[in-house]
Amino acid sequence: MAKKISILIVDDEVSVRDSLYNWFIEDGYHVACAENAKTALLIIENEAFDIVLADIKMPGMDGLEMLRRIKLLKSDAIVIVMTAFATVDTAVQALKDGAFDYITKPFDPDDLSHLIRNASRQISLTEENENLKQKVVSLENVADLIGNSEVMKRVLKEIESVAQSNSSVVITGESGTGKELVARAIHSNSNRRFFPLVSVHCGALSESLLESELFGHEKGAFTGAMYNRKGRFEMADNGTIFLDEIATISTKMQIDLLRVLESKSFVRVGGNKEILSDFRVICATNRDLKSMVENGSFREDLFYRLNVVNINVPPLRERTEDIPLLVDYFIKKYCLSMNRPAITIEQSALSRLTEFSFPGNVRELENMIERAIVVGNGRKITLKDLPLEKSMISSSIESLDDLEKTHIRNILNKYAWNISRAARALKVDRVTLYNKISKYGLKPSE
Amino acid sequence: MKSRQNIALISFGYFDNGFLKDVAEAVKNEFYCEVSMKEGHLDLSEFYDPVRRQYNGSRLLCHVEENFATDLSKTIGLFSVDLFIPILTYIFGQAFLNGRSGIASDYRLSNVRYGITADEKLLLERFRKEVIHELGHTFGLIHCHVPTCVMRSGTYVEDIDQKEESFCSACRVALNAILD
Repeated sequence: MAKKISILIVDDEVSVRDSLYNWFIEDGYHVACAENAKTALLIIENEAFDIVLADIKMPGMDGLEMLRRIKLLKSDAIVIVMTAFATVDTAVQALKDGAFDYITKPFDPDDLSHLIRNASRQISLTEENENLKQKVVSLENVADLIGNSEVMKRVLKEIESVAQSNSSVVITGESGTGKELVARAIHSNSNRRFFPLVSVHCGALSESLLESELFGHEKGAFTGAMYNRKGRFEMADNGTIFLDEIATISTKMQIDLLRVLESKSFVRVGGNKEILSDFRVICATNRDLKSMVENGSFREDLFYRLNVVNINVPPLRERTEDIPLLVDYFIKKYCLSMNRPAITIEQSALSRLTEFSFPGNVRELENMIERAIVVGNGRKITLKDLPLEKSMISSSIESLDDLEKTHIRNILNKYAWNISRAARALKVDRVTLYNKISKYGLKPSE
Repeated sequence: MKSRQNIALISFGYFDNGFLKDVAEAVKNEFYCEVSMKEGHLDLSEFYDPVRRQYNGSRLLCHVEENFATDLSKTIGLFSVDLFIPILTYIFGQAFLNGRSGIASDYRLSNVRYGITADEKLLLERFRKEVIHELGHTFGLIHCHVPTCVMRSGTYVEDIDQKEESFCSACRVALNAILD
């Protein structure tokens, strides 16, 4: 026996308790007894038992009521009910209330052995299932969040600490930084991971469409609504709802959303029945919600309701040391999906990439690598495969000062803010570099 | 190897002398200790349950424990009646785990109870296994998962036939540690 199964016997008859106690002890189980339901519930509150074997007919609280209360305390508890007065009604009721099985006293020794063996098998299967799920999750949860930089380590740490809670999260960051990946990582590390993560791109939908999308609608709610439709909040029951581009929702939707977040209930469009849903909300935006609150375009109460935890995903230019890792990851990803042998990247091309300011962040880098694999020679990505010049033009850099600031920041990041090495690379002396850092207000990334 | 404890087999039923001697010999071989045989006198009607038409094994075990068991020996009461405990329809025997006493009955071990031709040799074999099994419990051994080990739980006579009358290596090691 891999794990010692624990059994709690609940029966008002001492002879029954003693007989079962001796029987199970000889089988090597850990056994405890309670003479009534009240005592049993007190024991269960303090100690977890794998199997509860309970008599239905007991003075005070009966076995069926105790079964319901045990299920409230521990929904997966295995409770076997026993009775001397077998009726189909009580058996059906016990099973409906979640009993694992039902046995009539006195038992055939073989029936009892089978019953406990089945229950033990169920326990070990449940545990095995849980362990396997854990393994799958630990392999998959943050695999797409690539980066060894300090800023990414901080983001991963924040994900880890926030995942287990039910708090609302606002993920901020520029477009293309991977906010949705962060939301997925939070969900897949949370207790809700075996329920859906429902994503809604608020910016892509008009107000009426968003309303129907979030709350669902009843048949006939509007022209063309031929059937009832479940909303995203309903679909996210026990799971997580991810509201991307939250800053784009209208004032009316902000009020509706606030009400749903407070009551965890809503009514479908065109309906009148209140629907309950237990979901966790994660939002993302590339805008500054705080300043939107200040200028009145975003409700303050909704902001505080959503922004319990804030995770800021840094732009790629603030973690250039992650670029080689990301390049390697995207090369493998696209070679695999295009069914091509794995290729490499020329050192000069990689160097240029690390010096490049990616206004479109990781998404831009990913597209660049995908394009390079498609147009390249199939062996090595070279400088000419990368549309760096074009992107440079389309970047936000306008003045010569902007260009100098970005270049100095990239070099400093590349040499981990080692001033001497950065100055050597820039071919200036250390004092000049210090002056430039001061002029542009550059600071090491936190 | 020498045990500090002896084993006492007390007969409360109608057993042939040769039958009991054979059981005692098998016990001696398994536990490496002196085995004494005694005849016990007991009014079994006190333990009879007219509703179930069986004998209350729990009460019989307590009676053996209170009146026959000593700290110097493991005592097994041998019966020829149909035993039950309140929660189970029947038992072949039972014992106090790591205790001083146990009981065993050959009533349900006989082929005759199952409409099959009597087989005295098989009955004796089953009874030896049952007595050794209950004695194992008194020495603190719990049920074993090895199919041939005498400590494997058996709820049907066919289960008893599947196992041997000796301990598996793990139970043997555990028993030796206790006997030493």
